[in-house]
Amino acid sequence: MKIEVYWILGSLLAAVSLASLIGYVLKRRQPANPSIDNLNARIRSWWVLILLGGGALLAGRIAIILLFAFISFLALREFVTQTPVRPADHSALFICFFLALPVQYVLVGVGWYGLFSIFIPVYCFLALAVAAALFTDTERFLERTAATQWGLILCVYCISHIPALMTLHIPDSPLLMVFVVLIAQVSDILQYVWGKLIGRHPLVPTLSPKKTVEGLVGGVLSATVFGALLWRITPFTIWQAGGMAFLIAILGFLGGLVMSAIKRDRGIKDWSQLIEGHGGMLDRMDSLCFSAPVFFHLTRYFFSQP
Amino acid sequence: MIATFIEWLLIASVRFLVRAQPRWQGSADNSTQRIYVANHSSHLDVVLLFATLPAPLRRRTRPVAAAEYWTKGPVRRYLIHSIFRGVLVGRESTRLNPLEPVACALRQGDSLIFFPEGTRGPGGILQLLKPGIFHLARWFPDIDIIPAWIDNSYRILPKGFAIPVPLLCSITFGAPLRWKEGQRQDEFLAEVREALQALRPK
Repeated sequence: MKIEVYWILGSLLAAVSLASLIGYVLKRRQPANPSIDNLNARIRSWWVLILLGGGALLAGRIAIILLFAFISFLALREFVTQTPVRPADHSALFICFFLALPVQYVLVGVGWYGLFSIFIPVYCFLALAVAAALFTDTERFLERTAATQWGLILCVYCISHIPALMTLHIPDSPLLMVFVVLIAQVSDILQYVWGKLIGRHPLVPTLSPKKTVEGLVGGVLSATVFGALLWRITPFTIWQAGGMAFLIAILGFLGGLVMSAIKRDRGIKDWSQLIEGHGGMLDRMDSLCFSAPVFFHLTRYFFSQP
Repeated sequence: MIATFIEWLLIASVRFLVRAQPRWQGSADNSTQRIYVANHSSHLDVVLLFATLPAPLRRRTRPVAAAEYWTKGPVRRYLIHSIFRGVLVGRESTRLNPLEPVACALRQGDSLIFFPEGTRGPGGILQLLKPGIFHLARWFPDIDIIPAWIDNSYRILPKGFAIPVPLLCSITFGAPLRWKEGQRQDEFLAEVREALQALRPK
């Protein structure tokens, strides 16, 4: 592992420590402010997420794959719980949780790219529709089948592209995971911060009233600069790293938008209350669901050595 | 020893798979004697409620369960007797008073899990309540009745399936009820039914 990993993990720990300190001081000054409590809850959750992610990264390949399989499990469970699945979808759900999810991560583990890339979009896609049809419950059939198929694609197929970066023939490929995860999360935070600081013009008021033009532009541009500065841990030049970061930030934003639309449709604000202050696992992962697969394919196509 | 381990394993796996999250709305999680009345739509309901209760409450709580189902096969018999310490009642009981074992458990000071619908419903909706809970409430007017809504269990393990799937399950506990002197059976059952229905998440 490159020495840069320790630098990055060290800076992340320093950053959350600083955030915890600031949160503590704010709490001392205004003990009864709910938004400060929410901030502190978020910081506490960041500790857990960073320690888990960093620990898995240092522990090695198997630990990383297991961690992302577990994240997929939590995300899929949140997604399916909020969709209109009925008892007739039981077999389809069984396939999702106990067949598709483990097999997909085993394919990541053995590095079988050919099957990894089509197992869910072809075989599971068809199998889920058949499994639902066999129960002859036709009420809202398309909607229910689409829900299990979407859940599997978003929560398992898309998320599995993050650990799949390790299978690419690129020196220090685990660092690509650090790159994409870090850019997506930092971009989310920066969009939020820019929006809070100078946000005026709402971008999509019907979908996400808090998203502003200023937040989007400021967040994406600063995430791009941040990505360019990380070029040393990637196989990219400084310009390519900036370009990739720009793409990850934009796709992450669009992913958040699509997931907001689904949440609106289901009448919920967060996917669950799993992570204190953040909502559910899927609320944290929605940007990565969209950016990770595209980042994976671009990197594989242009940078992976045969 | 073995029973303690199996109980731990069962509760840990239920919490891992479906989270089994308690939401206390109007009642607190203290371990006074009480009767939990819950909606019933899956064989898992007993396990879910059992796993959701915090340990001190769980230790004194026993589910009232159907003898026909739980005495079939050695696994079920072991679970209901040694793990859940269930109070078994027969639907086709030859006893004069089928609720006698239940009353006996209450006299001993146990808390109970009781499904007032009597049998599993289709899920998501509440069926008509059987008079059993009215009799218990009248015989023991000093024991709190806590309505509990089990969300999603009919989707986790629907009728006719053997293997559960992991969906999030939460159980909402409402404000305590008691039978008031002079309250008629239909009035009391309607009150319990309304209290349960009010806990159902939108």
